[in-house]
Amino acid sequence: MGGGAMKPAPFAYHVPSALTEALAVLDELGEEGRILAGGQSLVPLMNFRLAQPTHLVDINRLDELDYIRRDDGVLAIGARARQSALERSQEARGAAPLLVEAVAQVAHPPVRHRGTVCGSVAHADPAAELPAALLALDAEVVASSRQGERRVPIHEFISGPFTTTLVPGELVREVRVPLSGAGSGYAFAEFSPRHGDFAVSGAAVLLELEGGQVERASVALCGVAGMPVRAAGAEQSLRGARGSEEELEAAAAAAVEGLTPSADLHGGSDYRRRIARVCVRRALNLAFSRARGGA
Amino acid sequence: MVDRHRVELVVNGETETREVEPRRLLVDFLREDLGLLGAHIGCEHGVCGTCTVLMNGETIRSCITFAVQADGQEITTVEGLASNGKFHPVQEAFWEKQGLQCGYCTPAMMLRTVEILRENPSPTREQVREGIASQLCRCTGYQYIIDAVLEAARTMSAGTQTDGKVPVTQGAGPSSAEAAAQTPGAGPALEEEAEDASRQKES
Repeated sequence: MGGGAMKPAPFAYHVPSALTEALAVLDELGEEGRILAGGQSLVPLMNFRLAQPTHLVDINRLDELDYIRRDDGVLAIGARARQSALERSQEARGAAPLLVEAVAQVAHPPVRHRGTVCGSVAHADPAAELPAALLALDAEVVASSRQGERRVPIHEFISGPFTTTLVPGELVREVRVPLSGAGSGYAFAEFSPRHGDFAVSGAAVLLELEGGQVERASVALCGVAGMPVRAAGAEQSLRGARGSEEELEAAAAAAVEGLTPSADLHGGSDYRRRIARVCVRRALNLAFSRARGGA
Repeated sequence: MVDRHRVELVVNGETETREVEPRRLLVDFLREDLGLLGAHIGCEHGVCGTCTVLMNGETIRSCITFAVQADGQEITTVEGLASNGKFHPVQEAFWEKQGLQCGYCTPAMMLRTVEILRENPSPTREQVREGIASQLCRCTGYQYIIDAVLEAARTMSAGTQTDGKVPVTQGAGPSSAEAAAQTPGAGPALEEEAEDASRQKES
Protein backbone atom coordinates (compact mmCIF):
# COMPACT_ATOMS: atom_id res chain seq x y z
CA MET A 1 0.00 0.00 0.00
CA GLY A 2 1.10 3.48 -0.73
CA GLY A 3 1.63 6.38 1.59
CA GLY A 4 -0.86 8.06 3.79
CA ALA A 5 -1.96 11.10 1.82
CA MET A 6 -5.61 11.66 2.64
CA LYS A 7 -7.15 15.05 2.09
CA PRO A 8 -10.76 14.39 3.09
CA ALA A 9 -11.93 13.17 6.48
CA PRO A 10 -12.95 9.50 6.64
CA PHE A 11 -16.42 8.45 5.60
CA ALA A 12 -18.35 5.27 4.94
CA TYR A 13 -18.99 4.67 1.25
CA HIS A 14 -22.19 3.27 -0.20
CA VAL A 15 -22.55 2.51 -3.85
CA PRO A 16 -26.07 1.34 -4.69
CA SER A 17 -26.75 -0.04 -8.14
CA ALA A 18 -30.47 0.71 -8.30
CA LEU A 19 -32.65 3.68 -7.35
CA THR A 20 -34.76 1.68 -4.90
CA GLU A 21 -31.59 0.54 -3.16
CA ALA A 22 -30.26 4.11 -3.05
CA LEU A 23 -33.47 5.41 -1.51
CA ALA A 24 -33.43 2.64 1.08
CA VAL A 25 -29.86 3.52 2.05
CA LEU A 26 -30.69 7.23 2.23
CA ASP A 27 -33.75 6.46 4.31
CA GLU A 28 -31.69 4.45 6.74
CA LEU A 29 -28.95 7.05 7.01
CA GLY A 30 -31.26 10.03 7.46
CA GLU A 31 -29.31 13.16 8.41
CA GLU A 32 -26.02 11.29 8.07
CA GLY A 33 -26.37 10.50 4.38
CA ARG A 34 -24.89 12.75 1.73
CA ILE A 35 -25.27 12.12 -1.97
CA LEU A 36 -22.22 11.97 -4.21
CA ALA A 37 -23.10 12.63 -7.85
CA GLY A 38 -20.48 14.40 -9.99
CA GLY A 39 -18.63 15.49 -6.89
CA GLN A 40 -17.26 18.60 -8.57
CA SER A 41 -18.45 20.86 -5.75
CA LEU A 42 -18.68 18.39 -2.87
CA VAL A 43 -15.23 16.83 -3.16
CA PRO A 44 -13.36 20.18 -3.19
CA LEU A 45 -15.28 21.04 -0.01
CA MET A 46 -14.27 17.68 1.44
CA ASN A 47 -10.64 18.24 0.44
CA PHE A 48 -10.70 21.47 2.42
CA ARG A 49 -12.58 19.61 5.16
CA LEU A 50 -15.26 22.26 4.98
CA ALA A 51 -17.58 19.32 4.44
CA GLN A 52 -17.07 16.15 6.46
CA PRO A 53 -19.94 13.82 5.64
CA THR A 54 -19.87 10.58 7.58
CA HIS A 55 -21.69 8.60 4.89
CA LEU A 56 -21.49 9.13 1.15
CA VAL A 57 -24.04 7.56 -1.12
CA ASP A 58 -22.52 7.40 -4.60
CA ILE A 59 -25.24 7.50 -7.28
CA ASN A 60 -22.86 7.13 -10.21
CA ARG A 61 -23.88 3.50 -10.74
CA LEU A 62 -27.55 4.39 -11.20
CA ASP A 63 -27.60 4.01 -14.97
CA GLU A 64 -31.40 4.24 -14.88
CA LEU A 65 -31.04 7.94 -14.00
CA ASP A 66 -28.74 8.73 -16.92
CA TYR A 67 -31.18 10.29 -19.36
CA ILE A 68 -32.15 13.52 -21.08
CA ARG A 69 -35.43 13.00 -22.89
CA ARG A 70 -38.79 14.47 -23.76
CA ASP A 71 -41.44 13.22 -21.41
CA ASP A 72 -45.04 14.35 -21.32
CA GLY A 73 -44.42 17.80 -22.78
CA VAL A 74 -41.25 18.60 -20.83
CA LEU A 75 -37.54 17.92 -21.08
CA ALA A 76 -36.69 15.47 -18.28
CA ILE A 77 -33.11 15.31 -17.03
CA GLY A 78 -32.16 12.45 -14.73
CA ALA A 79 -29.89 12.66 -11.69
CA ARG A 80 -27.00 10.87 -13.38
CA ALA A 81 -27.07 12.99 -16.58
CA ARG A 82 -23.74 14.78 -16.88
CA GLN A 83 -23.47 18.42 -17.75
CA SER A 84 -21.47 17.50 -20.85
CA ALA A 85 -24.31 15.20 -21.94
CA LEU A 86 -26.69 18.14 -21.75
CA GLU A 87 -24.27 20.22 -23.75
CA ARG A 88 -24.19 17.59 -26.51
CA SER A 89 -27.87 16.65 -26.40
CA GLN A 90 -29.71 17.41 -29.64
CA GLU A 91 -32.95 16.79 -27.79
CA ALA A 92 -32.11 19.49 -25.26
CA ARG A 93 -30.91 21.89 -27.94
CA GLY A 94 -34.35 21.77 -29.51
CA ALA A 95 -36.37 21.67 -26.30
CA ALA A 96 -34.51 24.09 -24.04
CA PRO A 97 -31.71 25.87 -25.90
CA LEU A 98 -31.32 28.38 -23.04
CA LEU A 99 -30.21 25.57 -20.75
CA VAL A 100 -27.70 24.29 -23.30
CA GLU A 101 -26.24 27.78 -23.70
CA ALA A 102 -25.96 28.07 -19.90
CA VAL A 103 -24.30 24.71 -19.36
CA ALA A 104 -21.57 25.50 -21.89
CA GLN A 105 -20.51 28.29 -19.54
CA VAL A 106 -20.21 26.06 -16.47
CA ALA A 107 -16.53 25.61 -15.56
CA HIS A 108 -14.56 23.59 -18.16
CA PRO A 109 -15.09 20.32 -20.05
CA PRO A 110 -13.18 18.10 -17.57
CA VAL A 111 -15.54 19.36 -14.84
CA ARG A 112 -18.66 19.06 -17.00
CA HIS A 113 -17.76 15.46 -17.83
CA ARG A 114 -18.43 14.58 -14.20
CA GLY A 115 -20.73 17.31 -12.92
CA THR A 116 -24.46 16.65 -13.14
CA VAL A 117 -27.38 18.96 -13.82
CA CYS A 118 -29.38 17.74 -10.82
CA GLY A 119 -26.29 17.99 -8.61
CA SER A 120 -25.93 21.65 -9.49
CA VAL A 121 -29.56 22.22 -8.48
CA ALA A 122 -29.12 20.34 -5.20
CA HIS A 123 -25.91 22.24 -4.41
CA ALA A 124 -27.69 25.58 -5.00
CA ASP A 125 -24.61 27.73 -5.39
CA PRO A 126 -25.91 31.31 -5.78
CA ALA A 127 -23.29 32.01 -8.45
CA ALA A 128 -24.06 28.90 -10.52
CA GLU A 129 -25.43 29.12 -14.05
CA LEU A 130 -27.78 26.13 -14.19
CA PRO A 131 -30.07 27.04 -11.28
CA ALA A 132 -30.53 30.53 -12.77
CA ALA A 133 -31.31 29.16 -16.23
CA LEU A 134 -33.72 26.62 -14.75
CA LEU A 135 -35.37 29.39 -12.76
CA ALA A 136 -35.93 31.41 -15.94
CA LEU A 137 -37.38 28.28 -17.53
CA ASP A 138 -39.81 27.59 -14.65
CA ALA A 139 -38.36 24.15 -14.15
CA GLU A 140 -39.64 21.67 -11.63
CA VAL A 141 -37.55 19.52 -9.30
CA VAL A 142 -38.56 15.93 -8.62
CA ALA A 143 -37.47 14.85 -5.14
CA SER A 144 -37.69 11.13 -4.47
CA SER A 145 -37.53 9.27 -1.21
CA ARG A 146 -38.53 5.86 0.04
CA GLN A 147 -41.87 7.38 1.03
CA GLY A 148 -42.63 8.64 -2.43
CA GLU A 149 -42.05 11.54 -4.70
CA ARG A 150 -42.85 15.24 -4.78
CA ARG A 151 -42.54 17.86 -7.47
CA VAL A 152 -41.39 21.29 -6.42
CA PRO A 153 -41.07 24.41 -8.60
CA ILE A 154 -37.42 25.41 -8.58
CA HIS A 155 -38.16 28.81 -7.04
CA GLU A 156 -39.53 26.99 -4.01
CA PHE A 157 -36.87 24.31 -4.06
CA ILE A 158 -33.90 26.65 -3.67
CA SER A 159 -34.34 28.52 -0.41
CA GLY A 160 -31.01 30.23 0.23
CA PRO A 161 -27.28 30.11 -0.35
CA PHE A 162 -26.36 26.44 -0.77
CA THR A 163 -29.72 25.62 0.81
CA THR A 164 -32.73 23.78 -0.54
CA THR A 165 -35.94 22.32 0.79
CA LEU A 166 -34.66 18.79 0.17
CA VAL A 167 -35.09 16.77 3.36
CA PRO A 168 -32.97 13.89 4.68
CA GLY A 169 -33.70 10.71 2.78
CA GLU A 170 -34.53 12.56 -0.41
CA LEU A 171 -32.70 12.60 -3.70
CA VAL A 172 -33.13 15.03 -6.61
CA ARG A 173 -34.13 12.33 -9.06
CA GLU A 174 -34.97 14.57 -12.01
CA VAL A 175 -35.47 18.12 -13.18
CA ARG A 176 -38.31 18.84 -15.57
CA VAL A 177 -38.00 21.74 -17.98
CA PRO A 178 -40.97 23.13 -19.92
CA LEU A 179 -40.31 23.10 -23.66
CA SER A 180 -39.39 26.45 -25.18
CA GLY A 181 -41.66 27.49 -28.03
CA ALA A 182 -40.20 27.37 -31.52
CA GLY A 183 -40.42 31.13 -31.97
CA SER A 184 -39.03 32.08 -28.57
CA GLY A 185 -35.83 34.00 -28.06
CA TYR A 186 -33.33 32.98 -25.43
CA ALA A 187 -29.86 33.85 -24.21
CA PHE A 188 -27.54 33.25 -21.30
CA ALA A 189 -24.90 35.95 -20.85
CA GLU A 190 -22.35 36.12 -18.09
CA PHE A 191 -19.19 37.92 -17.26
CA SER A 192 -16.20 36.41 -15.50
CA PRO A 193 -12.63 37.68 -15.29
CA ARG A 194 -11.36 34.43 -16.76
CA HIS A 195 -13.12 32.01 -19.06
CA GLY A 196 -14.58 29.11 -17.08
CA ASP A 197 -14.46 30.81 -13.70
CA PHE A 198 -17.53 31.44 -11.66
CA ALA A 199 -19.20 34.48 -13.14
CA VAL A 200 -19.33 37.81 -11.33
CA SER A 201 -22.88 37.75 -12.57
CA GLY A 202 -24.98 36.16 -15.27
CA ALA A 203 -28.40 36.60 -16.84
CA ALA A 204 -30.79 34.06 -18.31
CA VAL A 205 -33.46 35.43 -20.63
CA LEU A 206 -36.40 33.79 -22.35
CA LEU A 207 -38.76 35.81 -24.57
CA GLU A 208 -41.94 34.92 -26.35
CA LEU A 209 -42.95 37.37 -29.06
CA GLU A 210 -46.37 37.83 -30.59
CA GLY A 211 -46.52 40.02 -33.69
CA GLY A 212 -43.09 41.45 -32.90
CA GLN A 213 -44.03 42.34 -29.33
CA VAL A 214 -43.06 40.62 -26.11
CA GLU A 215 -45.92 38.48 -24.89
CA ARG A 216 -44.00 36.90 -22.05
CA ALA A 217 -40.53 37.54 -20.66
CA SER A 218 -38.49 35.57 -18.18
CA VAL A 219 -35.33 37.07 -16.69
CA ALA A 220 -33.23 35.38 -14.00
CA LEU A 221 -29.90 36.39 -12.52
CA CYS A 222 -27.09 34.56 -10.76
CA GLY A 223 -24.32 35.98 -8.60
CA VAL A 224 -26.28 38.94 -7.29
CA ALA A 225 -27.99 37.51 -4.22
CA GLY A 226 -27.98 34.52 -1.88
CA MET A 227 -29.79 32.52 -4.51
CA PRO A 228 -30.71 32.89 -8.15
CA VAL A 229 -33.45 35.50 -8.54
CA ARG A 230 -36.15 36.32 -11.05
CA ALA A 231 -36.18 39.95 -12.14
CA ALA A 232 -39.90 40.63 -11.93
CA GLY A 233 -39.45 44.35 -12.59
CA ALA A 234 -37.67 43.69 -15.85
CA GLU A 235 -40.21 41.09 -16.91
CA GLN A 236 -43.02 43.57 -16.38
CA SER A 237 -41.27 46.39 -18.18
CA LEU A 238 -40.67 44.14 -21.18
CA ARG A 239 -44.32 43.33 -21.75
CA GLY A 240 -45.28 44.68 -25.14
CA ALA A 241 -41.73 45.74 -25.92
CA ARG A 242 -40.48 45.59 -29.51
CA GLY A 243 -36.82 45.54 -28.63
CA SER A 244 -35.76 49.16 -28.99
CA GLU A 245 -32.57 50.41 -27.35
CA GLU A 246 -34.56 52.36 -24.78
CA GLU A 247 -36.75 49.41 -23.88
CA LEU A 248 -33.80 47.10 -23.37
CA GLU A 249 -31.95 49.70 -21.32
CA ALA A 250 -35.00 50.27 -19.13
CA ALA A 251 -35.51 46.54 -18.60
CA ALA A 252 -31.85 46.03 -17.69
CA ALA A 253 -32.05 48.87 -15.17
CA ALA A 254 -35.25 47.44 -13.71
CA ALA A 255 -33.64 44.01 -13.43
CA VAL A 256 -31.04 45.17 -10.93
CA GLU A 257 -33.15 47.67 -9.04
CA GLY A 258 -33.17 46.95 -5.33
CA LEU A 259 -30.43 44.32 -5.56
CA THR A 260 -27.55 44.58 -3.11
CA PRO A 261 -25.05 41.94 -4.17
CA SER A 262 -22.40 41.18 -1.58
CA ALA A 263 -18.90 42.43 -2.29
CA ASP A 264 -15.96 40.08 -2.73
CA LEU A 265 -12.42 40.22 -4.06
CA HIS A 266 -13.73 40.53 -7.62
CA GLY A 267 -15.53 43.74 -6.87
CA GLY A 268 -17.90 45.72 -4.71
CA SER A 269 -21.65 45.63 -4.61
CA ASP A 270 -22.10 48.46 -7.13
CA TYR A 271 -19.71 46.78 -9.53
CA ARG A 272 -21.62 43.51 -9.41
CA ARG A 273 -24.91 45.28 -9.94
CA ARG A 274 -23.44 47.12 -12.89
CA ILE A 275 -22.13 43.90 -14.38
CA ALA A 276 -25.49 42.22 -13.86
CA ARG A 277 -27.17 45.06 -15.71
CA VAL A 278 -24.79 44.70 -18.64
CA CYS A 279 -25.39 40.93 -18.71
CA VAL A 280 -29.17 41.45 -18.84
CA ARG A 281 -28.72 43.97 -21.62
CA ARG A 282 -26.57 41.62 -23.67
CA ALA A 283 -28.85 38.65 -23.08
CA LEU A 284 -31.92 40.66 -24.09
CA ASN A 285 -30.23 41.85 -27.25
CA LEU A 286 -29.36 38.32 -28.28
CA ALA A 287 -32.73 36.91 -27.26
CA PHE A 288 -34.55 39.51 -29.34
CA SER A 289 -32.47 38.85 -32.41
CA ARG A 290 -32.98 35.12 -32.02
CA ALA A 291 -36.73 35.53 -31.57
CA ARG A 292 -36.89 37.63 -34.72
CA GLY A 293 -34.66 35.30 -36.66
CA GLY A 294 -36.81 32.41 -35.56
CA ALA A 295 -33.65 30.65 -34.41
CA MET B 1 -11.46 -0.97 11.45
CA VAL B 2 -10.90 1.30 8.50
CA ASP B 3 -13.43 0.69 5.81
CA ARG B 4 -11.64 -0.59 2.72
CA HIS B 5 -13.03 -1.19 -0.73
CA ARG B 6 -11.66 -3.38 -3.44
CA VAL B 7 -11.20 -1.62 -6.76
CA GLU B 8 -10.38 -3.20 -10.07
CA LEU B 9 -9.67 -0.90 -12.95
CA VAL B 10 -7.72 -0.75 -16.18
CA VAL B 11 -4.89 1.74 -16.10
CA ASN B 12 -2.98 2.34 -19.30
CA GLY B 13 -4.18 -0.98 -20.66
CA GLU B 14 -3.30 -3.05 -17.60
CA THR B 15 -5.72 -4.35 -15.00
CA GLU B 16 -4.92 -3.24 -11.48
CA THR B 17 -6.58 -4.45 -8.30
CA ARG B 18 -6.13 -2.79 -4.93
CA GLU B 19 -7.91 -2.25 -1.67
CA VAL B 20 -8.40 1.41 -0.81
CA GLU B 21 -9.98 3.62 1.74
CA PRO B 22 -13.01 5.34 0.21
CA ARG B 23 -11.48 8.76 0.86
CA ARG B 24 -8.41 7.92 -1.24
CA LEU B 25 -8.36 10.43 -4.09
CA LEU B 26 -7.77 9.00 -7.54
CA VAL B 27 -4.67 11.14 -8.03
CA ASP B 28 -3.13 9.84 -4.79
CA PHE B 29 -4.07 6.31 -5.81
CA LEU B 30 -2.37 6.70 -9.18
CA ARG B 31 0.75 8.27 -7.73
CA GLU B 32 1.22 6.41 -4.49
CA ASP B 33 -0.41 3.05 -5.02
CA LEU B 34 0.47 2.61 -8.70
CA GLY B 35 3.60 4.77 -8.90
CA LEU B 36 2.29 6.72 -11.88
CA LEU B 37 3.77 10.10 -11.14
CA GLY B 38 2.67 11.73 -14.40
CA ALA B 39 -0.60 12.72 -12.75
CA HIS B 40 0.46 15.83 -10.90
CA ILE B 41 -1.02 17.50 -7.88
CA GLY B 42 -1.60 21.23 -7.96
CA CYS B 43 -4.52 22.97 -6.31
CA GLU B 44 -6.28 19.82 -5.08
CA HIS B 45 -9.70 21.29 -5.61
CA GLY B 46 -10.31 20.87 -9.30
CA VAL B 47 -9.26 24.25 -10.60
CA CYS B 48 -5.71 24.07 -11.97
CA GLY B 49 -6.13 20.94 -14.07
CA THR B 50 -2.68 19.46 -13.53
CA CYS B 51 -4.18 16.21 -12.19
CA THR B 52 -6.26 15.69 -15.34
CA VAL B 53 -6.39 12.10 -16.61
CA LEU B 54 -8.68 10.30 -19.03
CA MET B 55 -11.48 8.16 -17.62
CA ASN B 56 -13.08 6.08 -20.36
CA GLY B 57 -11.50 8.51 -22.80
CA GLU B 58 -12.83 11.70 -21.19
CA THR B 59 -10.76 14.18 -19.23
CA ILE B 60 -11.53 14.32 -15.53
CA ARG B 61 -9.93 15.93 -12.47
CA SER B 62 -8.35 13.07 -10.54
CA CYS B 63 -7.95 15.24 -7.42
CA ILE B 64 -11.72 15.53 -6.94
CA THR B 65 -12.58 11.96 -7.91
CA PHE B 66 -12.27 9.10 -5.42
CA ALA B 67 -10.34 6.00 -6.39
CA VAL B 68 -13.39 3.88 -5.50
CA GLN B 69 -15.29 5.72 -8.22
CA ALA B 70 -12.80 4.46 -10.80
CA ASP B 71 -13.74 0.87 -10.03
CA GLY B 72 -14.48 -0.88 -13.31
CA GLN B 73 -13.36 2.11 -15.37
CA GLU B 74 -10.48 2.69 -17.76
CA ILE B 75 -7.92 5.30 -16.86
CA THR B 76 -5.23 6.72 -19.13
CA THR B 77 -2.39 8.75 -17.70
CA VAL B 78 0.43 10.37 -19.63
CA GLU B 79 2.43 7.17 -19.13
CA GLY B 80 -0.09 5.45 -21.42
CA LEU B 81 0.29 7.81 -24.36
CA ALA B 82 3.48 6.46 -25.87
CA SER B 83 3.25 3.03 -27.44
CA ASN B 84 6.00 0.59 -28.36
CA GLY B 85 8.62 3.10 -27.42
CA LYS B 86 7.15 5.69 -29.78
CA PHE B 87 5.77 9.03 -28.80
CA HIS B 88 2.12 9.77 -29.35
CA PRO B 89 1.83 12.47 -32.06
CA VAL B 90 0.73 14.91 -29.36
CA GLN B 91 3.92 14.22 -27.40
CA GLU B 92 5.93 14.58 -30.59
CA ALA B 93 4.33 17.96 -31.28
CA PHE B 94 4.95 19.26 -27.74
CA TRP B 95 8.57 18.20 -28.15
CA GLU B 96 8.96 19.78 -31.58
CA LYS B 97 7.24 23.05 -30.70
CA GLN B 98 8.71 23.34 -27.21
CA GLY B 99 5.20 23.40 -25.77
CA LEU B 100 6.43 23.50 -22.20
CA GLN B 101 8.84 25.05 -19.80
CA CYS B 102 8.93 23.49 -16.36
CA GLY B 103 6.79 20.55 -17.47
CA TYR B 104 4.47 20.52 -14.50
CA CYS B 105 1.23 21.11 -16.41
CA THR B 106 2.41 19.19 -19.46
CA PRO B 107 1.12 15.63 -18.87
CA ALA B 108 -2.39 16.93 -18.24
CA MET B 109 -2.09 19.46 -21.06
CA MET B 110 -1.28 16.64 -23.49
CA LEU B 111 -4.14 14.45 -22.30
CA ARG B 112 -6.52 17.36 -22.74
CA THR B 113 -5.02 17.91 -26.20
CA VAL B 114 -5.77 14.31 -27.13
CA GLU B 115 -9.40 14.95 -26.22
CA ILE B 116 -9.59 18.33 -27.97
CA LEU B 117 -8.28 16.83 -31.20
CA ARG B 118 -10.55 13.82 -30.99
CA GLU B 119 -13.57 16.12 -30.81
CA ASN B 120 -12.26 18.58 -33.37
CA PRO B 121 -9.36 17.31 -35.50
CA SER B 122 -8.63 20.70 -37.06
CA PRO B 123 -9.32 23.43 -34.53
CA THR B 124 -8.64 27.11 -35.07
CA ARG B 125 -6.13 28.87 -32.85
CA GLU B 126 -9.04 30.44 -30.97
CA GLN B 127 -10.68 27.06 -30.42
CA VAL B 128 -7.42 25.69 -29.05
CA ARG B 129 -7.15 28.64 -26.67
CA GLU B 130 -10.63 27.96 -25.39
CA GLY B 131 -10.03 24.21 -25.27
CA ILE B 132 -6.92 24.39 -23.12
CA ALA B 133 -8.44 27.00 -20.80
CA SER B 134 -9.18 24.12 -18.44
CA GLN B 135 -5.45 23.70 -17.83
CA LEU B 136 -3.34 26.30 -16.04
CA CYS B 137 0.25 26.88 -17.07
CA ARG B 138 2.29 29.31 -15.00
CA CYS B 139 5.37 29.45 -17.27
CA THR B 140 4.75 29.65 -20.94
CA GLY B 141 2.10 32.25 -21.58
CA TYR B 142 0.49 29.43 -23.59
CA GLN B 143 1.65 30.52 -27.06
CA TYR B 144 4.00 27.59 -27.65
CA ILE B 145 1.47 25.21 -26.17
CA ILE B 146 -1.10 26.41 -28.70
CA ASP B 147 1.52 26.00 -31.43
CA ALA B 148 2.09 22.45 -30.23
CA VAL B 149 -1.62 21.57 -30.25
CA LEU B 150 -1.98 22.97 -33.78
CA GLU B 151 1.11 21.06 -34.87
CA ALA B 152 -0.36 17.86 -33.43
CA ALA B 153 -3.59 18.54 -35.29
CA ARG B 154 -1.62 18.97 -38.51
CA THR B 155 0.47 15.82 -38.15
CA MET B 156 -2.43 13.69 -36.95
CA SER B 157 -4.75 14.70 -39.76
CA ALA B 158 -1.92 14.21 -42.25
CA GLY B 159 -1.71 10.67 -40.89
CA THR B 160 1.99 10.86 -40.38
CA GLN B 161 1.93 8.29 -37.66
CA THR B 162 3.20 5.25 -39.50
CA ASP B 163 1.27 2.60 -37.66
CA GLY B 164 -1.88 4.62 -38.18
CA LYS B 165 -2.93 3.92 -34.66
CA VAL B 166 -3.58 6.63 -32.15
CA PRO B 167 -4.17 5.41 -28.66
CA VAL B 168 -6.80 7.61 -27.20
CA THR B 169 -9.40 5.93 -25.10
CA GLN B 170 -7.18 3.20 -23.82
CA GLY B 171 -3.56 3.43 -23.06
CA ALA B 172 -1.94 0.90 -25.32
CA GLY B 173 1.60 1.39 -24.25
CA PRO B 174 3.69 0.20 -21.41
CA SER B 175 2.40 1.60 -18.16
CA SER B 176 5.61 2.24 -16.41
CA ALA B 177 8.21 4.71 -15.44
CA GLU B 178 9.88 3.85 -18.71
CA ALA B 179 7.14 5.50 -20.71
CA ALA B 180 7.09 8.46 -18.36
CA ALA B 181 10.77 8.97 -18.83
CA GLN B 182 10.19 9.19 -22.57
CA THR B 183 7.48 11.74 -22.20
CA PRO B 184 8.38 15.00 -23.86
CA GLY B 185 6.32 16.68 -21.22
CA ALA B 186 9.02 15.64 -18.89
CA GLY B 187 11.26 18.47 -18.11
CA PRO B 188 13.79 17.62 -15.47
CA ALA B 189 10.98 17.51 -12.93
CA LEU B 190 9.16 14.63 -14.57
CA GLU B 191 12.29 12.66 -15.35
CA GLU B 192 13.24 12.75 -11.72
CA GLU B 193 9.79 11.60 -10.85
CA ALA B 194 9.99 8.77 -13.30
CA GLU B 195 13.11 7.52 -11.57
CA ASP B 196 11.38 7.95 -8.29
CA ALA B 197 8.51 5.88 -9.52
CA SER B 198 10.62 2.77 -9.22
CA ARG B 199 11.02 3.54 -5.57
CA GLN B 200 7.28 4.18 -5.25
CA LYS B 201 8.00 7.45 -3.61
CA GLU B 202 8.23 10.98 -4.76
CA SER B 203 11.09 13.26 -4.00
